[in-house]
Amino acid sequence: MALERDKLTAERALLTLGESELLELYRRMTLIRRFEDRTAEMYARGKITGFCHLYAGEEAVAAGSIYALYDKDYVVSTYREHGHCLAKGAPPRNVMAELFGKETGISKGRGGSMHLFDPNMRFMGGYAIVGGGLPLAVGLGLSIAYKEEPEVVCCFFGDGALPQGAFHESLNMASLWKLPVIFICENNFYGMGTLVQNAICQQELYRFAEPYKMPGVRVDGMDVLEVYQATLEAAARAREGDGPSLIEAVTYRFRGHSMSDPAEYRSKREERIWQERDPIKNLRRRLLRERRVPESRLEAIELEVNAVIDEAVRFADESPEPPISELTKNVYVEQSERQG
Amino acid sequence: MAKISYREALNQALVEEMTRDDRVFIMGEEVGYFGGAFKVTDGLLATFGEKRVRDTPISELSIVGAGIGAAMAGLKPVVELMTVNFGLLAMDQIVNHAAKIHYMFGGQAKVPIVIRAPQGGGHQLGAQHSQSLESYFLHCPGLRVVIPATAADAKGLLKTAIRQEDPVIFLEHESLYGMKSEVPEGEHLVPFGVANVVRPGKDVTIITYAKCLYDSMRAAEALENEGIDAEVIDLRTLNPLDLNKCVESVKKTGKAIMVYEGWRTGGAGAEVAAQLYEACFDDLDAPIERIATRDTPMPYNAKLERAALPSPSDIVKVAERLV
Repeated sequence: MALERDKLTAERALLTLGESELLELYRRMTLIRRFEDRTAEMYARGKITGFCHLYAGEEAVAAGSIYALYDKDYVVSTYREHGHCLAKGAPPRNVMAELFGKETGISKGRGGSMHLFDPNMRFMGGYAIVGGGLPLAVGLGLSIAYKEEPEVVCCFFGDGALPQGAFHESLNMASLWKLPVIFICENNFYGMGTLVQNAICQQELYRFAEPYKMPGVRVDGMDVLEVYQATLEAAARAREGDGPSLIEAVTYRFRGHSMSDPAEYRSKREERIWQERDPIKNLRRRLLRERRVPESRLEAIELEVNAVIDEAVRFADESPEPPISELTKNVYVEQSERQG
Repeated sequence: MAKISYREALNQALVEEMTRDDRVFIMGEEVGYFGGAFKVTDGLLATFGEKRVRDTPISELSIVGAGIGAAMAGLKPVVELMTVNFGLLAMDQIVNHAAKIHYMFGGQAKVPIVIRAPQGGGHQLGAQHSQSLESYFLHCPGLRVVIPATAADAKGLLKTAIRQEDPVIFLEHESLYGMKSEVPEGEHLVPFGVANVVRPGKDVTIITYAKCLYDSMRAAEALENEGIDAEVIDLRTLNPLDLNKCVESVKKTGKAIMVYEGWRTGGAGAEVAAQLYEACFDDLDAPIERIATRDTPMPYNAKLERAALPSPSDIVKVAERLV
């Protein structure tokens, strides 16, 4: 599959970012990978249950795009959102505790892997209906325009969301009203087990921007710098009041759709090709060769990240479960006789 | 007290709340330049401008979804669905998103959205424009369901809906917009979960809401001539439900009739009946009756449509049999 890589974009980012910023990107991607590896382990041990969709392989998309945002910008995501939530700055221990279903979880154990939420980081939720988050992102964009704030909304979804009506309605509305929304399509080639070409008439997904009169770009989603640069440009445009953009980040999930999917619809050869394009190894190589960063600095980051995630697992494991007496708490904000 | 129409009462509530709180805004199909398909938002665009009275494309799912997103960011959207029938396209956003967000994120997010929707039959609009779908929303925890019958309640309940913090489905029967009744002047708020005993009586309890309140009152007048004293209760809100008032009445009369315009099967009246059986079975002298829309898509033909909808004579017949 030929990628229309914009080498210039990535090189521009490499030139603009200083060493500490590049290392921060490396840290964020490594953190997500380590988190997902330990999550798989905990799932196998039965500590995590339910549906669980891992982000391994796609780290460059979350890390690169969210690094281009400010803290007060909003992020809306899907059920494969551990990476986005962590990249936005949510504490790993509370995210892990959520996967364990604990009271200390980031959604108090009521959401689970698919429904993370962090109001402090303006991570506005993982939603498990394909395409469901897009209209919400439009609404957040509308609130920004209404209150005349400088923020933007970054909305992630997979290639599987493009055939949904919500995608088309949302792009039309955001463009019509020139709302500050960055739509980021993570094209990992499969909606569950269905290839993009078996689901969508137009496989160059970024071209859906054109009928909705917004810029559309395809970037290499395995290259954190390309993603960063494209998002930076889309965010600048949105902040100027020029409206939304669509970014298609071509990427690959290293694992199946969910923990219960061995991904037998993909060839081992295909998986190998993509694993060689691992976004973390990619950045590591460039830091060593092009920026002459000593390997010991990268190893120090890896060790630090491992310690953070180990602590997160310990915290999650030791945390209490929510009390059954609070089963119907928060069904409503304003309580009344009918508690459901 | 001034007599105004149900439509004017809703309009007043919107004007007052938008004047009071600049986070309140209106969004929907034809709400601005057209003034609302049923003219409820007439004149608001001129008063408040395009930012606060926003015309939308025909995209029900995303109109509601955008309202939810705006509400999560601290605004107070009042979204108008042109009719509840079109609102079915927005069910994903209503049921999977609005109703769930506060709970599934551990109480950290709020969705203070009001979704207004005209509904109901009786105008020969055929199968796709005549439904009463309150039970669809009543079934789902996390949504408040408000269904006023009078102009005063329309105003007072809409103002309350806008001020509270949960997603509210606000259903308006299309036959009621032109009906006038007295509305208290000045600040008028009606609390959720308080049913109204519109007509006290001792022989049989008629529990109803929305347009069926008027059918029930006509039936009660006819029954009075036969010496049957019916008590008529207007529920006003289905969630929260004022079951206590219904139980008190049944303890007095021993007989209950549910009158509602949703389909008979799985209707809101069926749920109230089930709760009454649980709460006061021993006080009942007879099984609870249901008078509702027949279990059929609505026909266009006027005679057939009349036969499908509940009527005062249906209520009289059932009450006579019970008493």
